[in-house]
Amino acid sequence: MINNKEIFETIQMINQQHLDVRTTTLGISLLDCVSDSAKVTAQKVYDKVTSAGKNLVKTANDIASEFGIPIVNKRVSVTPVSIITAANGGHLEVIRALDKAAAEIGIDFLGGYTALVHKGMTAYEEQFIRSIPEALSTTARVCSSVNIGTTRAGINMDAVALMGKIIRECAERTADQDSIACAKLVVFCNAVEDNPFMAGAFHGIGEKDLTLHVGVSGPGVVKHALESVHGDLNMVADKIKETAFKITRVGGLVCKETARRLGANVGIVDLSLAPTPVMGDSVAHILEEIGLESVGACGTTACLAMLNDAVKKGGIMAASNVGGLSGAFIPVSEDAGMIKACAEGKLTIEKLEAMTCVCSVGLDMIAIPGDTPAEVISGIIADEAAIGMVNTKTTAVRLIPVIGKGVGDYAEFGGLLGHAPIIPVNTNSPLKFISRGGRIPAPLHSNKN
Amino acid sequence: MKAIVSVIGKDKKGIIAKVSGILLEQDINIEDISQTIMQDYFTMIMMVSVSANSDVTKLSTIMNNLGESLGVTIRVQHEDIFNSMHKL
Repeated sequence: MINNKEIFETIQMINQQHLDVRTTTLGISLLDCVSDSAKVTAQKVYDKVTSAGKNLVKTANDIASEFGIPIVNKRVSVTPVSIITAANGGHLEVIRALDKAAAEIGIDFLGGYTALVHKGMTAYEEQFIRSIPEALSTTARVCSSVNIGTTRAGINMDAVALMGKIIRECAERTADQDSIACAKLVVFCNAVEDNPFMAGAFHGIGEKDLTLHVGVSGPGVVKHALESVHGDLNMVADKIKETAFKITRVGGLVCKETARRLGANVGIVDLSLAPTPVMGDSVAHILEEIGLESVGACGTTACLAMLNDAVKKGGIMAASNVGGLSGAFIPVSEDAGMIKACAEGKLTIEKLEAMTCVCSVGLDMIAIPGDTPAEVISGIIADEAAIGMVNTKTTAVRLIPVIGKGVGDYAEFGGLLGHAPIIPVNTNSPLKFISRGGRIPAPLHSNKN
Repeated sequence: MKAIVSVIGKDKKGIIAKVSGILLEQDINIEDISQTIMQDYFTMIMMVSVSANSDVTKLSTIMNNLGESLGVTIRVQHEDIFNSMHKL
């Protein structure tokens, strides 16, 4: 039988250290909604999402109440919309149907306004990508992602060039809200098909229909656990593993139970440390607890590498199916420690880029000056994609060029998206490189067959 | 199923009496009970047996309200969250 100390520890984790299940995300296949009529497809999409997802919020809330563990987000991911509307060009009709369906079932975000163009774009996919600014600025709940590279295919630089312009247009269309549409758009290299986290979630075509994924969290729990470790780095790594194991077991329990009650397939547990802007829920503060004066100091990349690895090692034994992005997230606007370090000039975009080589995703929720040219944004995307491609890992870019604001100003997004100081970027022009177009070939080590 | 009822806060008279009174009203059997001081908190933990058709969420709400009136925190949680975290 469990003892009182263990019960007390679990309660303290939840109560004092912000342990929660960050997201339960129901993946819904829309492949059976394909038709040659945009109107019919949109209606089928609305019907399927509202039918499959109608009990998601209530079920997650019931489980949260019974187990006494907060489940923060309840969300839906769908088959990339560019695939299901290719036959009829009805992407804007479908995103409106999805936005309405998300509101109907009571969720704040739904992911999957997505195109996978890592090797090349069809004419329709380019048209789809060009619709993203209108799509994101005229809907509230739908998130978008574009995969522009893979280790296997290389990097589609035509898509990279286009995405720099698309991000700027998203920013301009929502200039009155600190360019918030950009917070709903992720540019990926090596995108995964079972990611439960927004804004980059979509339901891959290799997935079963109705699959329930869970993303765990708990930076505060790891930070608290490390406060009692005064030994060497082996002991630090072991404590992180032990803590990640416990956190992940809770995620696995919630995943199985939610799937069972919804009649859905059990998906993956994403072993993530996802921060929120609340004090005591910061990945930066874990790195500082390990021994840095501030995140961004020399040694930050090494600490993050160890943290990321230990989280995976601890979590992987704790869950039957591990997937998604799995690792530590470093979204600037959603992490109190990152916000502070950026505002004080202790953490730069170059250091953040280095950190993305060893953590789970990429340059996430970073506010940059509103006058940053499209080709500079494309250059940042290309750099980040190169890191992902060469290291066979997922990398992503979610940048917000905040129109009308510059270095020293703040962007305010509200809620879980937080706020971010606008940090400088290197504006030496990569225009000639970006304008060349074509494809950066896949690296030698991608040829494994 | 089994659930864990935990009371954490400042010790005072009548906590066990009131918590167990509510459990009796709800037809819930107490299987184990202990109390101790943990990290300076008074901690009382009960393992209770809840029938499959009991409304744990409702019990949880009643206990939360009782906790507020006593100035302590009372939680009712399915035992599986503790088992999953601490047992292989």
